[in-house]
Amino acid sequence: METIEADVVTTPPEQVEVSATRKLGPIGWLSVGWLVFISLAAILAPILPLADPDKSFGREVARKGPGIPGHLLGGDSIGRDMLSRLIFGARTSLLIAVGAVLLGLVVGGLLGLLAGYVRGKLDTILTTLFNVFLSIPALVLALSLVAVLAPTDTGDGGSPVSHTRRVLVLILALGIVTIPILGRITRASTLSWAEREFVKASEVSGARPVRIMFREVLPNVFPAMMSITLLGIAVAIVAEGSLALLGVGITEEPTWGNMIETGRKFLRDAPHIVFLPSAAIFFTVMALNYLGDVIRARFDVREAAL
Amino acid sequence: MHLARELGKRVIGLVVVVLLVTLFTSFLLTLVPGDPVDTLIPVPDENEIVLERKAQVRERLNLDEPFPVRYVAWLGDFVTGDMGSFFRVTDEDPVADRVKDALPVSLQLVVYSQIFALVVAVPLGVLTAYRAGSRFDRATNATAFGMLALPNFVLALVLAYYVGVWLGWLPVNGYVPFSEDPAEHVRHMILPTITLAASQIAVYMRLLRSDMVATLQEDFIQMARSKGISDRRVLWRHALRPSSLTILTVAGLNVGALIGGAVVVEIIFRLPGMGTELVQAILSRQYVALQGFVAIIAIFYVLVNFLVDILYTVLDPRIRHARAR
Amino acid sequence: MSGPNAAGSFSPDGERPNNGVSGTPLPREHETQTRRLIEVDDLRTGFKTARGLVRAVDGVSLTLDRGRTLGIVGESGSGKTVLSRSIMGLLPKRNVVREGTVHYNGLELVGAPDAKVRDLWGAEMAMIFQDPMTSLNPVLKIGKQITEGMRFHLGMDRQTADKNALSLLREVGIPEPERRLKQYPHELSGGMRQRIMIAVALACGPKLLFADEPTTALDVTVQAQILNLLQREQRERDMGMILVTHDLGVVAGRTDEIAVMYAGQVVEKAATATLFRHVQHPYTEALLRSIPSMDAPSHSRLQAIPGRPPDLVNPPPACRFAPRCPYARDKCRQEAPPLLELEPGHAFRCWFPVRASADAVEAAAAELRAGQDAGTDGGETQVAVRGDGENEGGD
Repeated sequence: METIEADVVTTPPEQVEVSATRKLGPIGWLSVGWLVFISLAAILAPILPLADPDKSFGREVARKGPGIPGHLLGGDSIGRDMLSRLIFGARTSLLIAVGAVLLGLVVGGLLGLLAGYVRGKLDTILTTLFNVFLSIPALVLALSLVAVLAPTDTGDGGSPVSHTRRVLVLILALGIVTIPILGRITRASTLSWAEREFVKASEVSGARPVRIMFREVLPNVFPAMMSITLLGIAVAIVAEGSLALLGVGITEEPTWGNMIETGRKFLRDAPHIVFLPSAAIFFTVMALNYLGDVIRARFDVREAAL
Repeated sequence: MHLARELGKRVIGLVVVVLLVTLFTSFLLTLVPGDPVDTLIPVPDENEIVLERKAQVRERLNLDEPFPVRYVAWLGDFVTGDMGSFFRVTDEDPVADRVKDALPVSLQLVVYSQIFALVVAVPLGVLTAYRAGSRFDRATNATAFGMLALPNFVLALVLAYYVGVWLGWLPVNGYVPFSEDPAEHVRHMILPTITLAASQIAVYMRLLRSDMVATLQEDFIQMARSKGISDRRVLWRHALRPSSLTILTVAGLNVGALIGGAVVVEIIFRLPGMGTELVQAILSRQYVALQGFVAIIAIFYVLVNFLVDILYTVLDPRIRHARAR
Repeated sequence: MSGPNAAGSFSPDGERPNNGVSGTPLPREHETQTRRLIEVDDLRTGFKTARGLVRAVDGVSLTLDRGRTLGIVGESGSGKTVLSRSIMGLLPKRNVVREGTVHYNGLELVGAPDAKVRDLWGAEMAMIFQDPMTSLNPVLKIGKQITEGMRFHLGMDRQTADKNALSLLREVGIPEPERRLKQYPHELSGGMRQRIMIAVALACGPKLLFADEPTTALDVTVQAQILNLLQREQRERDMGMILVTHDLGVVAGRTDEIAVMYAGQVVEKAATATLFRHVQHPYTEALLRSIPSMDAPSHSRLQAIPGRPPDLVNPPPACRFAPRCPYARDKCRQEAPPLLELEPGHAFRCWFPVRASADAVEAAAAELRAGQDAGTDGGETQVAVRGDGENEGGD
């Protein structure tokens, strides 16, 4: 009550908005719903009653828009079932994006936690390393890593890489890009939490540093990491698409990215080939961004920590 | 005195980062499977000329030397202007020459898009902050949120197809130097600029809005209002400048990040910039050239970061002062 | 005596019977009319929050003439800052409910178009803010901030405005004024900045000056200088001044009249000397006791009165000070005392005042109620207002 005057005089409009975003809200639930739906579809793709995504249904289906009999979302440029390809595409796209960001989360999170908690030389070294990797634009770094680790077929007997290896390389490349980002956030957040009384208290009481790091600091740093993780998955989904457009992505199996890449020549006659996977990316990215924002507002993750 | 020392420390940090980045890119090359020379010159060893050429390249790239020696040699070449080449059986195409052509294209694209993004985002950010919570504010924010989720390759394809091909209003590929034909230059740059700017408009608008909302709560804004000057004046003269630190910093950093980082837009609109060069090097497996491009892009990025940082901390203590509280 | 209103707005039949009579002096026909600057009648200001309407100012009436100074005193949360901003109209429109009347030179400000009120700001009435460290724009030069109002309101060209700014800076005691014009606020000390703020406020020659805790953020040694400067300017320029403070010590020798605020209402109001000599309200008494000595740290004062002001969303139908009042009895907790004027020019809101007898209060209150039951608004006011608000102020 003491500060009621100051409070009311400056009632920031933001405050109202923050409390509004604190609850998930209809858009939040819609986002969660979409993500659950798309993840389930991706995971269950092989047992769902879907057409073979690689099978062409011929001229009748090729470049036909949504709503033709037997093919709910129409066919692609050579008559493969769009719905099936979208769902199998989600499988690969999400596998790559989630895999990459999980890699970044585990490695970057651990390094950031170490750097922020142990400080000293280790912190200097790790921070410098983060900065080194951050000094190459993310897409350029990912592109270079993929190019080197999974060279493309030059068409003259060069050694094309297996599909599995290419997927792993993409996960690795996009993961390496995320490591320093998550590392930096985690470090900054750890720095601020490590100074709190309850952490100091358990240090004084003789708890082992590893225990303090994981039991006291990590749970508090986690919201910040989660929020960036969600945004990171969104960025990785788009990055997969970018790499596909640049000709270094997955080619053997459908991904949202390579569906757009192959469809771009047919924008005039069959725009749905580009628009359907684009919409899938759009809604997934939007849902992830929104939930990331909610977490950020909910746990007051400071922009400064970025 | 204090300033000079701080500056010195930063310059050293800068050099360390650049050295480590180039070390990393050099190391990357050792990961390429197979004999690097065979990769660079993918021709069977069928005659003397080819064999001789391969030996020559091997010699020139110090491929028989251990990695540290190779790196130091590369560094020496790099700082003296030999940034690697596209190798062919008969000759080679120096990266430095290509950079000379490609860098201005990328720079133009990046600068145009940043200016365009700021010109659109600043008024929107100011007005949404002023009308925070209004229908206009919510609609603008929702639109911005949507723009953030729209991958730029999708926007590029849509714009290229509908505005370029279908309506036929603007060219969708190629580059015309300004000195050659200013009007055509502008026409060729419009779509790539808009594509690149779209998501940044959303980012900048949101950044400025939130800083501006905070500034509008400040005492000095109440003070300015109490002078009886118009709201417009309060917004633009009193509130905007103290709120613009973050947005200008981010815009500055983006100039660095988008040299090469705009690769998708460059490829789709066929602009011969750094991103295009990079992809060409990758697709033709010219890893030495790739290393050169990545090094240049990274150095550029680090330098821009450095400059923005200096501007931020040294040149405007007044803003720092306003934000520090 | 209806209970507290439903949240959302001050309904006209809400608490009005209690406060409408706020027997504050409103001498309507008086020869000082031409000197009258501002008349505030039953001003209510609330903030819409998720919990309901926070009644920061709840039925305040007061008047001020040219050349006079009114002190508004209360602890933080009493509504004094909101009151001064509400009179001037400086509060944001969003989520703010403002009712009652504010006459400035005969012009009604409540509900007036923004542009009209804004024309008065700076030119006719100006405000000096509490914290000079945060109230000057950090990225604009001092000169710009002083001349801005003159160029905007008076249409001066740059040279004239600069010249005026220079003489203003001299007037408020800034050394090396030429150099200061080109400096930024962070290059000056707190005391200097407060002088700059005064210069900014005086720039267009306002007739009414609000000073909202003008010395709270300053060193003790500088406080007196700034207050003296304000007093001098007020006299020389024949302005009306409203000095808002939590510190009775600040207003002691510098105001003609003092209104003490508690929980959004005026609880005691009298000429300065009268108030100090014949304090009636226990809250004022407690404030008087808590006047800090010059060398005490400036934040030690509030501890002098234990407890906190009541929640202003749903104030109880009782004396709002009762929970903290050492003299409170059952009646205080059951019925809100009206603002009564037993002696001409000295109003207070208390059933058991420090000096006057409770019987006299009861009698006056009964008379007031009778007047209300009889009917008209005018009747009420007449009962309540026994005399001329501007009592022999300076003695």
